[in-house]
Amino acid sequence: MIAPFKTSYLQDMALTKTPLAKASYAGLLIALAAIPLVTGEFYVGELGGLFIFAIAGVGLMLLTGYTGLVSLGHAAFLGIGAYAHAIMLAQGVPFLVSLPLAGLITAAFGIAIGVPTLRMSGLYLAISTLAFGSIIGTVLQKWDKLTGGFDGFPVRPPTILGMKVQGAIGTYYTSLIVLVLVIWVALNILRAPLGRAMVAIRDSEISAQSMGINLAVTKSIAFGISAGITGLAGGLYAHYVRHLAPDSFDILLSIQLVTIVFIGGLGSMHGAIFGAVFMRLLPQAIAMVRDDLPFGLGRTPGLEPSLFGLILVLVIMFEPGGINGRWVKLKHWCKAFPLHRRAASRRQKSYAKSERLR
Amino acid sequence: MESLVGLLQLVINGAATGCIYGLIALGFVLIYKATEMVNFAQGEIMMLGGFAAYTFVGKFGMNYWVGSGLAILATAAFGYLLDAVVLRRVIGQPQFAVVMLTLGLAFIFRAGAGIAWGYDSVAFVTPFTNSIVKFGSGVVLGADNLSIIFGTLVLCGVLYLFFSRTRLGIAMQASSQNQLAAYYMGIPVRRVFSLIWAISAGVAAVAAILLVPVQMVDVNSGIVGFKAFAAAVLGGFGSIPGALVGGVVVGVVEQLAGFYLPTGFQEVTSNIVLLAVLILRPQGLFGQVIRKRV
Repeated sequence: MIAPFKTSYLQDMALTKTPLAKASYAGLLIALAAIPLVTGEFYVGELGGLFIFAIAGVGLMLLTGYTGLVSLGHAAFLGIGAYAHAIMLAQGVPFLVSLPLAGLITAAFGIAIGVPTLRMSGLYLAISTLAFGSIIGTVLQKWDKLTGGFDGFPVRPPTILGMKVQGAIGTYYTSLIVLVLVIWVALNILRAPLGRAMVAIRDSEISAQSMGINLAVTKSIAFGISAGITGLAGGLYAHYVRHLAPDSFDILLSIQLVTIVFIGGLGSMHGAIFGAVFMRLLPQAIAMVRDDLPFGLGRTPGLEPSLFGLILVLVIMFEPGGINGRWVKLKHWCKAFPLHRRAASRRQKSYAKSERLR
Repeated sequence: MESLVGLLQLVINGAATGCIYGLIALGFVLIYKATEMVNFAQGEIMMLGGFAAYTFVGKFGMNYWVGSGLAILATAAFGYLLDAVVLRRVIGQPQFAVVMLTLGLAFIFRAGAGIAWGYDSVAFVTPFTNSIVKFGSGVVLGADNLSIIFGTLVLCGVLYLFFSRTRLGIAMQASSQNQLAAYYMGIPVRRVFSLIWAISAGVAAVAAILLVPVQMVDVNSGIVGFKAFAAAVLGGFGSIPGALVGGVVVGVVEQLAGFYLPTGFQEVTSNIVLLAVLILRPQGLFGQVIRKRV
């Protein structure tokens, strides 16, 4: 078990762990800001998409990684955010008002669906969000007066402070700024009482309750925040795809979003980013090797989802810490070299936990 | 009179579809009661069962009953191995990890079935295909729907006798009530759990075979599993009769909604029922409330 050794409470509350970490984050940010100056439009567009998925990943990480609840309907929140933002833009609402409003509307939907189901065990949330996702998917298709139905909905390029923001580069910078803001907000939530309460609920509902935490309220707020952040990602996603189609927000997308946090590594912000990177790189990697695969495997229609499924299964079985867990172990191995012991990264033995009696 | 007959036919059709939902929900409930895992791949296991039956009956040209029996056994063996090889390893991980694991398995099964059997819909001739049964004054029902309802009733009877009369069945009940106590009594709990997975996979295969005359088997037929959630939740997720009654209710409501409400409603009926149950009566129709004594 590798755990950071903290010597003061201020260290526990700090936003970054070490000055070196702070410097490397700043360096990364500067590098990211400079990327559009040196690379082509394609890579900038892909990175912009990555940022959008990272935003949604951060939102879902707050829910799944830190509160211990799983939602299988986050694609619906992405969809609600995207349509709300696009419709408001079409009505002439300025971008800087419309994007936060889209987030708020989505958060309201999140609380509306969360409140009735969060009284029950986490399982019911998974099932009811699954149902909610499919209902929203159908509504987006059938309510064609509002959403344009299967014809789709064109998204107007935004104007921010009198500047027309267009193309891949515009989306890239807007998404980057929103991503940094969202990570900053999420990290601050996590070191505030609310975040501590969320982690306490994840680790043990009974002990959290005995410490005076109101389970239902905290869970609903966590769900609302998570939905809201995903709604923001949805608003940006509308600009990324430029033309909204109702059937793109389906169960497969929901599962991809959850896969981001699982593969990245539950319970860490790094995990959300790692997961999003992985999620966006895998299809590219598949596209590259598609023609070289034996037995015509490359032309199998379900290749991508099944590969995601396989990786998900392997991660849950063999590395529940995800990519981030691997990364932490690697760092520890380098630090302790040559004194690393296998026991340091061994998983604790655990037994079946009953969620039935509580 | 005419509308009454029409209504009756709708209800019978709905009840037949509902029996399928109920059987899949039964699979969820059996596994959930025993191991507290929810198998999101239950619909996909049903799909595999359907393909197995197609292989034996449609491709190898076996007798319908023999081929179906073999398909049920093969699917049950698959369920046993699935638990022994994969699911047993994640015991102790949080519940949502199992949810994601089974979802991942569902995608793998879907792709695996696509590679093995192709992406076209397949079907085979059963004794119930395209035959009808007439009752008295103009009530005409399809033998396919009746066979589903009848098959479900027989299967439930068999399961009831198995759980209440046989040694193994009682051992299963004991292990799902208290693992530790069952273990102390000398019950091989792990093997019993794998057998429960086998039964639940076998029930899914029965559902698939009963469904064949009504609906062709294809890679995406596992979608029915999501509708079965509504049935399981309506029945109280943990009650075996509840799952079946829930399935029939969802099936009938779905048929009626498809007939009386504008298009688009039928697809989401089961989801609306599910959310409504969670809001109004979260413990379901037959759920028992368990309180822990401190």
